[in-house]
Amino acid sequence: MIQVANLVKRFGDATVLDGIDLAIDQGEIIVVIGPSGTGKSTLLRCLNFLERPDAGQLTLGDLDVDVTRATRADILAARRRTAFVFQNYALFANKTALQNIVEGLIVVNRWPKAKAHARGREILRRIGLTDKADAYPASLSGGQQQRVGIGRAMAAQAEVILFDEPTSSLDPEWVEEVLALMKQLAAERQTMLVVTHEMGFARDVADRVVFMEGGRIVEQGPPSQLFNAPRDPRTRDFLRKVLAAQPAIQPS
Amino acid sequence: MSVLDFDYMVGLVPILLRYLPLTLAMAAAGMALALVLACGLAVIRVLGIPGLNGVTLLFISFFRGTPLLVQLFLFYYGLPQVLAFLTQIDGITATIMGLTLHFAAYMAESIRAAIVGVDRSQTEAALSIGMTNGQLMRRIVLPQATRVAVPTLMNYFIDMIKATSLAFTLGVTELMGATQKEAAGSFLYFEAFITVAVFYWVIVELLAWCQRRLETRLNEAYRR
Repeated sequence: MIQVANLVKRFGDATVLDGIDLAIDQGEIIVVIGPSGTGKSTLLRCLNFLERPDAGQLTLGDLDVDVTRATRADILAARRRTAFVFQNYALFANKTALQNIVEGLIVVNRWPKAKAHARGREILRRIGLTDKADAYPASLSGGQQQRVGIGRAMAAQAEVILFDEPTSSLDPEWVEEVLALMKQLAAERQTMLVVTHEMGFARDVADRVVFMEGGRIVEQGPPSQLFNAPRDPRTRDFLRKVLAAQPAIQPS
Repeated sequence: MSVLDFDYMVGLVPILLRYLPLTLAMAAAGMALALVLACGLAVIRVLGIPGLNGVTLLFISFFRGTPLLVQLFLFYYGLPQVLAFLTQIDGITATIMGLTLHFAAYMAESIRAAIVGVDRSQTEAALSIGMTNGQLMRRIVLPQATRVAVPTLMNYFIDMIKATSLAFTLGVTELMGATQKEAAGSFLYFEAFITVAVFYWVIVELLAWCQRRLETRLNEAYRR
């Protein structure tokens, strides 16, 4: 169970998150949509303290902190209960695919190397990159790199995996394989919080879609309701624009 | 111009070889100490530690801004006059001290640049999986910074090997000092100095060869 209450983040004079309340059940798949610059990525980055929030209460499993009073230990604990998938993959360039996946297990969780590697190879199999175990990021395609990025997040066995626009930097030809892997994780009921512009993914996979604008949650609900009968005019306006740009997923 | 005295040059080789270890030892000691100091200075600069940052900037400014020869004379001839405990300082120690401080100032800046140059998103990725700052530095940032810094650091090492020849001005008989003595005895200045020039040249070329091999190894992860 993950919960944020009244989360606030400011950059200088700009209030990027203006009191976000959100609860995520175990096994729930939530997709966050909304215009650019509305704080979707910042929301994810506040959950693991890559950005330091200015106010709010954060609950991650048995960790429950007032974000303004979070100690170094609280921050480490929050990061160990979450895993992050970056838009630009952010793989460790000096490490192979397998090493990228097991790095956290060995260094952070202090697993013995053999055990970590066994788990790493199991993850490589699940992300379909068994043959790339010893390949360095520079020799992998964008899609393969992002699958390793997701594999690294899977290894952490976190309460929730946070996906920050995981397909936005990919050439179109690689988007499908990354979405397919995310669908596979969703089918295994991995708790996920996904920021994406892939409306098809939101419609097909999400349990709940959250629409954000101006640092606030405007509307949320199951995809059938949010896409077919949005209540708020801002949601309707946004969906009309993006669905016009992605005609393939218009309701048939 | 008379023909070169090759026999003299060949005879000079075993004599100079006896002084090679001292030259190499001073360079190696200077490089090792300078690396340690430069890493410390670079980390202070990267983290911007208040107080220390200012001291570091002043240090770098002074040791980059004044000639190495002036610094060596300052340590060897000057400091003992004001600091009593330094009266025993010998030329070799003063040389190593000078090389260390002088080159650390240069190297600190290239190490700092290499650390800053490591892709910021990898830092975030390391933090996101729960690494501490120390683990992040040791496992992710420094190994990649090393790859970037090695070519320039090797350049400084090469420069330092040649700079050990200044030790002869402090009365140290190393490669250059020995050559000077031999030349003064034989009056065959050209032969003596061209021989020692070849000595330095060969050392540097051997080092450059090592550098190429090292760089190939460090670049392994970045081949497409």
